[in-house]
Amino acid sequence: MALLEVEHLRIEFPTRRGTLVAVDDVSFALAEGEVLGVVGESGAGKSLTGNAIIGLLEPPGRIAAGEIRLSGRRIDNLPYEEMRKIRGKQIGAVFQDPLTSLNPLYSVGQQLIETIQTHTDLTPTQARTRAIELLAEVGIPGAERRVDHYPHQFSGGMRQRVVIALAICVNPRLIIADEPTTALDVSIQAQIIALLKRLCRDHGTAIMLITHDMGVIAETADRVAVMYAGRVAEIGPVRSVIKEARHPYSHGLMGSIPKISDSKDRLEQIEGSMPRLTEIPAGCAFNPRCPQVFDRCRVERPDLMDAGDTRASCWLYAHG
Amino acid sequence: MAEMNAPLVRVAGLSRYFDVSAPWLNRVLDGQPRLILKAVDGLDFEINRGETLALVGESGCGKSTVARLVVGLYRPSAGSIVFDGVDMAGLGGRAEMAPIRRRLQMIFQDPFASLNPRWRVSAIVSEPIRAFRLLDDERLIVERVGQLLRQVGLSPVDGEKYPHEFSGGQRQRISIARALSSQPEFLVCDEPTSALDVSVQAQILNLMKDLQRQLGLTYLFISHNLAVVRHIADRVGVMYLGRLAELGPAKTLFQLPRHPYTRMLLDTIPDLEMTGRQRTPVAGEVPNPINPPTGCAFHPRCPFANDRCRSERPEAKLNDTGSTTACHAVEEGRLPAGPLPQAA
Ligand SMILES: Nc1ncnc2c1ncn2[C@@H]1O[C@H](COP(=O)(O)OP(=O)(O)OP(=O)(O)O)[C@@H](O)[C@H]1O
Ligand SMILES: Nc1ncnc2c1ncn2[C@@H]1O[C@H](COP(=O)(O)OP(=O)(O)OP(=O)(O)O)[C@@H](O)[C@H]1O
Ligand code: SF4
Ligand code: SF4
Ligand SMILES: [Mg+2]
Ligand SMILES: [Mg+2]
Repeated sequence: MALLEVEHLRIEFPTRRGTLVAVDDVSFALAEGEVLGVVGESGAGKSLTGNAIIGLLEPPGRIAAGEIRLSGRRIDNLPYEEMRKIRGKQIGAVFQDPLTSLNPLYSVGQQLIETIQTHTDLTPTQARTRAIELLAEVGIPGAERRVDHYPHQFSGGMRQRVVIALAICVNPRLIIADEPTTALDVSIQAQIIALLKRLCRDHGTAIMLITHDMGVIAETADRVAVMYAGRVAEIGPVRSVIKEARHPYSHGLMGSIPKISDSKDRLEQIEGSMPRLTEIPAGCAFNPRCPQVFDRCRVERPDLMDAGDTRASCWLYAHG
Repeated sequence: MAEMNAPLVRVAGLSRYFDVSAPWLNRVLDGQPRLILKAVDGLDFEINRGETLALVGESGCGKSTVARLVVGLYRPSAGSIVFDGVDMAGLGGRAEMAPIRRRLQMIFQDPFASLNPRWRVSAIVSEPIRAFRLLDDERLIVERVGQLLRQVGLSPVDGEKYPHEFSGGQRQRISIARALSSQPEFLVCDEPTSALDVSVQAQILNLMKDLQRQLGLTYLFISHNLAVVRHIADRVGVMYLGRLAELGPAKTLFQLPRHPYTRMLLDTIPDLEMTGRQRTPVAGEVPNPINPPTGCAFHPRCPFANDRCRSERPEAKLNDTGSTTACHAVEEGRLPAGPLPQAA
């Protein structure tokens, strides 16, 4: 059985101008020890999907349909208190915004120690030692001193690493990591990736890794899901998606990555922008920007179908 | 008025120290010493008109602090910043700052913290226009805001919304639109695209290049993504622990890096080709800026370190490739060309 199963997830925002569907019919599963990379257009619904799994969708956002299961147990409809326990112990979260996870009034040490003590029976001294260890593990130099500093005294990337330390401090079974390495330079990134991989290997931790950094995905993920306008455009093994993406959107996305080896004057870009939630076109949501669009795309919405080694929601791969 | 071919920005001996000591009482009770963190320690660089200077370096090396110093959000502990012939330290009050302020804008690293959550996007974007009285006809302001939003890939109707209704990358685009709204000449961009997906990133970087060409903008561009820097920068400064290790034309720096640290950074770039190449593991730990190593701060991680490196701090010198490099081994000519050997 998969550790995490997300089925037909739909997230809506009721507004005065009508209901916005931000995540629409998203399904995927994650096995123990597996890393699923989630990439896609900014605003495609990646963070919302992650937040729904952790049970921290901000109202008025709500799950309107679908199910989320952890080890076979449904977790999308649990009472707040019960979900809070699961969140601390079984699911660790790294939010895109480090400030939501850090309290400016407490030193990072106090915050780590409190989390460790809530979920384990370590003594205060042991918890402090563990907190320093964790900070060193995420690459904070001079951790014994830094443990008593406050969030504002850290650089952007250091804060991000403190948040990672908070998420892994009680060895959760699943980590939802939303842009955990965006503010980090390549060398620290390598260190964080090594740390995440070690967690997967040694503890069977599964990771949902949301990031724009395709290099990180290439090195860390086993499978990749590409999201576009609230839906999964393509999902498959990391190698196939990066090297031979089938969906025209994923293909364009991979083509936009700047490469160190060339210094073309202009980067390739996908023309146009993602539709606003109120104006999602009929048929395939990518159709106004798609270089391969044909009649069927404008009327009928494609679901995921087999496309070589991956699955893509694109009519180019319809059989029969 | 300064001459047109003089650098737009000239930074000399720029330093910023932070006092990170424990509270006074603890210091007295536990006998702890006063702790000073040298976030930026004696930088010299110039930025020419219409050019992009990028700063790269490991997390915590002082990049954001430089950005904040340059736009006047921090006062230097030492050194000077001269903008278009005007010494910023000499500017006293708000009134004196205002004409300069309009000409320089900053895009912050954290798009969450830099947008006022209680303001509508249109108010956020038009704030510099109103503050500097660039337009006074309300209709023209609305039009301009719509144009700015479209420029960054949003829609004019998005002006009605509040920041929390946007995703991370969309918020970063709002801050870019705001920064552009006062038509600045000089933009300081702290990780402007790291919250964006690669396709929007490509759009924004192309847009920044177009604007630079059309309007002659000058950029100080901070990023940890070396591929992005390679693409956007004319010159690159590599920072290490508050100092410049190497500074030179982008092309030279990427093709013929001289400083051992620059070489190490280039070796840690992730492998997108998935050839199975293992990233060169980073040798050693990033040192503690509160208690930096003596001599060359990079010496504990450097395969070429010798006694001189451990005791004497290297000064920036022009090397044979046209970059300036602060390294004894480069100066002494004892550094082999080619790839960096594995550190022991
Ligand atoms: N409170 C809200 N009210 C209305 N719409 C919202 C709200 N919160 C999020 N949205 C919308 O939901 C969509 C998905 O947002 P989400 O944060 O999941 O995007 P994302 O894929 O994580 O993007 P990014 O890569 O930029 O972080 C966006 O279009 C956003 O505008
Ligand atoms: N207000 C402050 N008080 C104390 N220390 C600070 C303050 N601001 C920055 N520092 C310290 O100065 C050093 C440089 O920080 P800075 O934010 O400039 O780094 P950075 O190069 O931008 O890093 P990143 O890539 O992680 O954003 C860090 O060690 C940081 O902890
Ligand atoms: S379904 Fe049609 S419009 Fe959509 S991605 Fe495929 S070819 Fe393009
Ligand atoms: S000065 Fe010495 S320690 Fe520093 S980078 Fe050069 S060789 Fe290495
Ligand atoms: Mg997001
Ligand atoms: Mg920074």
